[in-house]
Amino acid sequence: MLRDITIGQYYPVDSVIHRLDPRVKLAGTMVFLISLFVTSKLPAYLLATGVLFGLIRLSRVPFRFITKGLKAIMILLVISVSFNLFLTTGTPIFRIGFLQITWEGISLAVFMGVRLIYLVLASSLMTLTTTPNQLTDGLEKGLGFLNRFSVPVHEIAMMMSIALRFIPILIEETDKIMKAQTARGADFESGNLIQKAKAMVPLLVPLFLSAFRRAADLAMAMEARCYHGGAGRTKMKPLHYEKRDKNAYLLMAVYFALMAASRFLPF
Amino acid sequence: MKIIDAAHVFFDYVRRDENDNIEEVSHALSDLSLSIEKGSFVCVLGHNGSGKSTFAKLLNGLNIPREGTVLVAGMDTRQEDKLLQIRETAGMVFQNPDNQIIANVVEEDVGFGPENIGVPTEEIWRRVEASLSAVGMLAYRLKSPNRLSGGQKQRVAIAGVMAMKPACIVLDEPTAMLDPNGRKDVMRTVHELNRREGITIVHITHYMEEAVEADRIIVMDQGRPVMDGTPREIFSRVEELKALSLCVPQVTELAYELRKAGMPISQGILTREELVKELCPLLRASGHEGNTYAKRTR
Repeated sequence: MLRDITIGQYYPVDSVIHRLDPRVKLAGTMVFLISLFVTSKLPAYLLATGVLFGLIRLSRVPFRFITKGLKAIMILLVISVSFNLFLTTGTPIFRIGFLQITWEGISLAVFMGVRLIYLVLASSLMTLTTTPNQLTDGLEKGLGFLNRFSVPVHEIAMMMSIALRFIPILIEETDKIMKAQTARGADFESGNLIQKAKAMVPLLVPLFLSAFRRAADLAMAMEARCYHGGAGRTKMKPLHYEKRDKNAYLLMAVYFALMAASRFLPF
Repeated sequence: MKIIDAAHVFFDYVRRDENDNIEEVSHALSDLSLSIEKGSFVCVLGHNGSGKSTFAKLLNGLNIPREGTVLVAGMDTRQEDKLLQIRETAGMVFQNPDNQIIANVVEEDVGFGPENIGVPTEEIWRRVEASLSAVGMLAYRLKSPNRLSGGQKQRVAIAGVMAMKPACIVLDEPTAMLDPNGRKDVMRTVHELNRREGITIVHITHYMEEAVEADRIIVMDQGRPVMDGTPREIFSRVEELKALSLCVPQVTELAYELRKAGMPISQGILTREELVKELCPLLRASGHEGNTYAKRTR
């Protein structure tokens, strides 16, 4: 269950999407996420669906890798969908006690569900096709103007990329600690939600301990390799826009215009 | 020519409580003086807490001595403006391969060091390719480090150091977390770098079998070197090593015990072949048919 989080797991194949500039992919993900919230018209969602699945096909990442991220938000999804489903006022269809299901509720719930799912799919697609280092570079360069307002852009970007790199390692570690504790009689499986959550508490201490130890080791290893912040650093893979990146921006603009325009559809 | 020259080095670990009062001081190194020749392969042995890791971290300015000086290629590790140059000269590989790989793709990790010291882009690519092929990991350049075995990860870490073109690599128990195959791979790689590229190796380990192949062994105890010499010299002094709670290679131990039992075997046997050569004439002299064994092992 712990291995299901795909964030930060680069899927190494060669595709158009992989080769795009990370700034394009970051901007594209943002544009896609915003576009889902500017409209709630059916044709617009059909367009968004077409675009999302088209991009997934283009990326050559197997579909099951992209949907893995969904399992992690399942609870959130169920909660938000059911809230929308049961607690929206409007034309009732039927009611059980104080809960009532309305037409408005159904449509809101469906939209909310679709938005959440697409949100995760789109960001998984981005992280699966972009190495964390590229991502960092993209953020660093794309947000570089913030340096003027004394925001430590490079440091934040570096922290993010390291966090991403260590997610799978810490997950593996959690698994190991869980197994070690299970072997000594700990029970993570049975009981209700609260009991399960309580059983997780003894995991945190050894996990944090080892995370801090790793952090200290890593800091030392980075220092030993001459890391001294962003100043005077060169890039192995410097970013510059290609023709395909410009085209991608153009397509993005067209897509967003269409999505925004759909607000004015009469139905 | 000396690449590393440490003179009268003292180093303490100081533990402080919340109010910054000194709670405990442990003297990790006391009056350590030694120098290492350029191009040599040096093994540092010692039991836990003997100060060998502390010593390793002195060599690239991660630890700064309380007293005494450490010169790396003539540069004092105390000079802060030389620190980057020192770390470029003396690269370091640590015990846990997971905790020293920064990037999510092998080649990007190898490029991390050169990026930090401001190497131009084209030159970074050249160095990354050269160092990955030097450790035999070029085929894995686009893989994620999480998908590699421990030995492979450690070789990537070595490549990451190689890409900074160091004159010396300090390895702090690089094989401690590896399986026997990974250990063999890493040791082969390190020996090749030493032989082919002339890189000075300071290898810290507690595997005696690894120490046998070094040019020189330094045994540390209580923060200072207590024995220093070639593997043959060091491993002839079995009693002294045992007093320092260190063991000797299996073959050496066997030869030592036989010698103690009265058999005329020379001191400091390091390999199985040497022992065979010593034993066969003895067996033949005593009337046994020793040849069959000798033939089989050769």
